[in-house]
Amino acid sequence: MQRIGVFVCHCGSNIAATVDVNKVVEVIKAEPGVVHAEDYQYMCSEAGQEKIAGAIKEHGLTGIVVCSCSPRMHEGTFRKCAEKAGINPYMVEIANIREQCSWIHKDIEEATKKAVILARAAVAKVNLNTPLKPGESRVTKRALVIGGGIAGIQTALDIADAGYEVDIVEKTPSIGGRMSQLDKTFPTLDCSACILTPKMVDASAHEKINIYTYSEVEKVSGFVGDFTVDIRKKARYVDMTKCTGCGVCQEKCPSKKGLSEFNRGLNKRSAIYTPFAQAIPNVPVIDTDQCIKMKTGKCGLCEKVCQAGAIDYTQKDEIISEKYGAIVVATGFDIIKLDQYDEYAYSQSKDVITSLELERIMNAAGPTKGHLERLSDGKSPKNIVFIQCVGSRCSDNRGKSYCSKICCMYTAKHAMLIRDKYPDVNVTVFYIDVRTPGKNFDEFYRRAVEEYGVNYIKGQVGKVAPQPDGQLMVHGVDLIDNKQIKMEADMVVLAAAIEPESSVRKLATMLTASIDTNNFLTEAHPKLRPVESPTAGVFLSGVSQGPKDIPETVAQAGAAAIKVVGLLAKDKLLTNPCTAHSDELLCNGCSTCANVCPYGAISYEDKQVNDHGIRETRRVAVVNTALCQGCGACTVACPSGAMDLQGFSNRQIIAEVDAICR
Amino acid sequence: MPINGNEEFRPKIVAFCCNWCSYAGADLAGSSRLAYPADVKIIRVPCSCRVNPMFILRAFEKGADGVIMCGCHPGDCHYSTGNYYARRRMTLLFSMLDYIGVEQGRTRVEWVSAAEGVKFSATMNEFVEKIRSLGKNVRLEDLRCRN
Amino acid sequence: MQELINRIKELLADKTVERVLGWKAGDLSYNPEPAYFKTEDELENFVYDGFCGANLSKYMIEAAKLEGKTLVCLKPCDTYSFNQLIKEHRVDREKTYIIGVGCKGKLDIEKIKAQGIRGITSVSGAEIDGDAETLEFETVYGKKSCSYNDVMLERCYVCKGKEHVVYDEIIGESKDTSEGADRFSEVSRIENMSPEEKFAFFQKELSKCIRCNACRNVCPACSCRKCVFDSNKFDSAQKANTDSFEEKMFHIIRAFHVAGRCTDCGECSRVCPQGIPLHLFNRKFIKDINEFYGEYQAGEDTESRAPLTNFTFDDCEPGIVGERG
Repeated sequence: MQRIGVFVCHCGSNIAATVDVNKVVEVIKAEPGVVHAEDYQYMCSEAGQEKIAGAIKEHGLTGIVVCSCSPRMHEGTFRKCAEKAGINPYMVEIANIREQCSWIHKDIEEATKKAVILARAAVAKVNLNTPLKPGESRVTKRALVIGGGIAGIQTALDIADAGYEVDIVEKTPSIGGRMSQLDKTFPTLDCSACILTPKMVDASAHEKINIYTYSEVEKVSGFVGDFTVDIRKKARYVDMTKCTGCGVCQEKCPSKKGLSEFNRGLNKRSAIYTPFAQAIPNVPVIDTDQCIKMKTGKCGLCEKVCQAGAIDYTQKDEIISEKYGAIVVATGFDIIKLDQYDEYAYSQSKDVITSLELERIMNAAGPTKGHLERLSDGKSPKNIVFIQCVGSRCSDNRGKSYCSKICCMYTAKHAMLIRDKYPDVNVTVFYIDVRTPGKNFDEFYRRAVEEYGVNYIKGQVGKVAPQPDGQLMVHGVDLIDNKQIKMEADMVVLAAAIEPESSVRKLATMLTASIDTNNFLTEAHPKLRPVESPTAGVFLSGVSQGPKDIPETVAQAGAAAIKVVGLLAKDKLLTNPCTAHSDELLCNGCSTCANVCPYGAISYEDKQVNDHGIRETRRVAVVNTALCQGCGACTVACPSGAMDLQGFSNRQIIAEVDAICR
Repeated sequence: MPINGNEEFRPKIVAFCCNWCSYAGADLAGSSRLAYPADVKIIRVPCSCRVNPMFILRAFEKGADGVIMCGCHPGDCHYSTGNYYARRRMTLLFSMLDYIGVEQGRTRVEWVSAAEGVKFSATMNEFVEKIRSLGKNVRLEDLRCRN
Repeated sequence: MQELINRIKELLADKTVERVLGWKAGDLSYNPEPAYFKTEDELENFVYDGFCGANLSKYMIEAAKLEGKTLVCLKPCDTYSFNQLIKEHRVDREKTYIIGVGCKGKLDIEKIKAQGIRGITSVSGAEIDGDAETLEFETVYGKKSCSYNDVMLERCYVCKGKEHVVYDEIIGESKDTSEGADRFSEVSRIENMSPEEKFAFFQKELSKCIRCNACRNVCPACSCRKCVFDSNKFDSAQKANTDSFEEKMFHIIRAFHVAGRCTDCGECSRVCPQGIPLHLFNRKFIKDINEFYGEYQAGEDTESRAPLTNFTFDDCEPGIVGERG
C-alpha cells in the first residue's frame, strides 16, 4: 500500500475562490492510501515545495497528489521537488482542479465536489504508480547521410562544420545528384554546375566528411544514438588510391555502347567511365555489362594504358560496417516512367522528351554540346510545345495525386532560355495552373510571358500525334477561349512528375522509417517536426520527404543537420520512461502490436520463458524503450493485455474510471 | 431535467483526452473561463489510441451515463498515426453499442486541438445536454439481467 | 473417405508426418470428435462425414510445439482460420501437412432434432463420398429421414466457397452450399430494429450465457495464451457471477478482440450449449468493416494488414454510426 500525501493548492484565489480547499483536504484524507493532506496558497512556490518535501520526510510518503493547475503547467516542477525529497518523480500525479474545475465552474459546492472526485481519481492512480526510471543510451558521435545530391552534401557539410564526423553514401559513381544534371537554375539563372561543384569539392575536401560513392546501405540495426549500418561498396574495378583521374582509359576503351546515365541515355559512353567531367571522386568505374574484358576475358586495354596501374579486374564488393548516432535520408527523386502516357508519344517519337532530357540538351556538356536540336534529325526546332503536369495532380492511378512543385518554374526557365538564345523559336506552354509561390518566382514567370513572349495556354493536351514527315501534331484545348487547338510542333517537352528514388522503400523498411503511399518519407510531425522521421535518430533532407526546389532543399538540409548536431552533442540520451512493455508470459507473439507501432519500437524474439513451470521457447514482443515514444497504440491492439504502458497502465486508467464513476 | 418531480438528474460523464491536443484544449477552455457542466470529468491519456474499449465499457458498467473521447484532429496526431487507429476502433465499438441497443448519443468522439478551447467547451455543453435528455444509463448495466 | 484414409496411412508410413489430426467416431453416430492418430491401428476409428463440423486449425497451435510434422484435415472454410493463424505467427506452416478435405456442408444435430428425429441409432447419407440429398435415420422410434440441405449448420448457408486457401493436397470434392444467401441478412434485420427491440433481443440472448467459455475455447481467433478475462491486467479477473462486468461485456469485448481477425467460421455458435447466436456479434463487425473500410475477409491471405491495424486518412468518423440511423 502506498503512503500518499495530497497537497491542495489555493493558487491565490484562482482555485480557493471556487473550490472549498479545506473540504477537499478533509474528504480526501479518508481515501485509501492517503496518510496526509494539506492545503497551501501557492504549492508551486518555494515555500509550497518545501511543504511537500517536509511532508515526504515526516510522513514517509511514497506517493504525491497535487491538486492544482494543469499538469502541463507544473507537473515537472512537482516531480523535481519529489525527486529532491527522495522519492521517485513518477510517483507524482496532478489533479487539475484549476483549468478543469475552478475556472469553469461558479457554484462552490459543485466545484468542490468535482475537485474531490478529480483528487480521488489521482489518488486511485497513484496507488498503482510504480517508480520509473528514464533509460540511458550512448551516442555515437558520427552521422550517416544517405544520398550525395545537394540535400546530402549540404547536410553533411553543416554537420561536419559543427565538428562531427559524417559519412555520405551515394549509390552512383559520383556525388552531385540531380542538381549536377541541371543546366541553369531558377529564378536567378545561374549555372547549376557553377554553384554545385564548389560544394562537392568542399564536401570531398572536408576532413570530417568521408564519402562512399558507388555504395549502398545494405543493413541497418540499432536505434537512435547507436545505429550499426552495413554499407556495400560496389566493386569499381579501379583502385581509388592509385587512380589519378587522367581519363586515358575512357578515351581508349573500345566499348562505347553503354548509354550515359548522366545524360539520361541520350548518348553513349565507354564501358569504363566517370559520369561527368566534374565527378567526385574523379575515379571511373567499369560497367561490367559493357566491358569486353569482363564479358570475354579479352581486351584489357584500360589496364595497359593506365600509367598508375589502377585497374583491378579482380576487385570485389566490400561490406563496411560502421556505427552512427544519427542517419539522414537524402535519397532524392527521379521522374516517373512515362509508359502509362502513350498519348504524348514519348516512346514513339525521339522529339518528345522530358524536361530533364531538355536540361541535358541545353547543357554545354550534354549530348548536343548545348545546341538545341531535335534528336531525330539534328535540325533546329522552330516550334516547341511544353506540356505541364504530366503525371502530376493526377486523379487516376496512372500518375501521382500531388503537385511536383518544381515544374512550373523550370518550364518558365526553359521557355525563357530558349527564347533568349533562339528568338525565332516559338514556345508554347500548356498548363493547368501556373504555381509560383516562392521568392521572385512570380516575377520570373511573368518575365517569361511579358518579356520573352512565351505563349501560355491554360488547358490540357489530349494527344501528341507523330506525323509521317516526323512533325508532331499537338491536339489540345484552350480553356480560356474555350476552343480546340491543333498545332504543329518540332519538339514536345513533357514536365513529368517527380517521384521518390525507387530504392527508398527498401531503405525505409531497413530504417523502420515510415513512408506514405507515394513513397515519400513521413515526418514526425507535419508542421512541428518536418525534418525528423517518426523513428528517433532518423532525419529527412530534400525531396525524399516531399517535392521541393533547390533553395528549399538546402534550407531543409540545414535544418536536418542542426537536428543531427543537437543529437550528437549529447553524450547520452535519456529516454522517456513512460514506454510500453510486454509481459512475456501473456504475449501471443502475434505481431499485432508491431503493426500499429509508428516507431518500429517493437521487435520479436524467440525467448526462453518459464510459465509457471512450463519452460519453452516462445516468440514474444520486445519493446525497445529507446525508440518507444509512449503513445499506447500497441496496448489496445494487444488482445491479451500483455502490452501495457508505464505511467498510463490499464489498471491505472481503470482505477481512474472507477474513481470518477463511483 | 427533473427526475421524480424534484431532484435534478446529474449525469456521470467520462471524457478521455489526449495529452497533446484535447487536454490542452480543455486547459484553454479553462483559462478562457468557458464554462461547461461539472458532470464532465477528464482522464488524461497520452493519445486517443491509448483508449481501450475496455475502459469505455468499464465506465458504463460502473455507472457512467456517457463517455466521450477527444483527440488531435486526424493528421495532427503527436504520434502521427494514433488517432487514425483510435478512429477505427471507436467507430466499430460505437457501432456495436448501437447494435445492442445502447442509445447512440451516449458515446461520442470529437477531435479538439490545443487551440480549440471554444470547441471543447461547446462540445461538452452539447454532450451533457444530450445525456441529460437521454436520462440515466440503465441499459448497459442491465444487459444481462435475467428476466 | 477411404481415399483420404489410404493417403493418411501412406504419409504416416513414409514418415512424412508424425501424427494426424482428424476426427474419430464418437459414442453416438452423429458426434465425431477431434482426435490425434499416430498409427495405422488407431486410424480404425478415423471418420470424416457430414457431422465433422469442428474446425481443427486451432489445435495446430499446440501441435506446432510437438516434434515433427502434423497432418491436419481442413475443410475449405477451416483453411481461412489456419491462414489467419499463420499471419499471427501462432502456427508453424513448415511443421504442418494440410490435406484439404472436401466439404458439401456440415450438419447441425440440433436442426435434425428439431425435425422431430430423436433417439438416433444410425445415420446414412452423411458420408461425404456420395451425393446423398437425403439423410436416413434408424431411430428407436423407427426409420426417419430428412433433406440434407434443411439441416446444415448456419454457416453452411453462407458458405465461403469450395476453395481451400492453403493446403498441401486436396482430397475429395467440395461444394459451395451458400446458394447466394446474404450472410448479413440477420445482422441487417437487427440493425433495423428500434433501440428497445435491439436491447430486448440481446438481453434475452445474453441472459442465457452461463460463461462456460466454450465459444472462447473453440474460437481459432481467441487463441491468447491467457485471456484478459483470466488475468489481472484490467482488474477484470473476476469469476463468473461475482461481478457483473465481464458477464455483460464479455461477448462484446471478445467480439472486439477478434474483429478483423475472425474469419466467420461460426464455431462459436456451433458449440454454444445455450444456443446463443454468437456469430451475430462477429458478423456485425465484419459487416461494418466491409462497409466502412472495404471488403475484407480475414484469413484470405497471410500478408494483408488487418482492418484494425490499418487506416486511411479519410476513414469515416465514428459519428457515422448515428448518421446511418
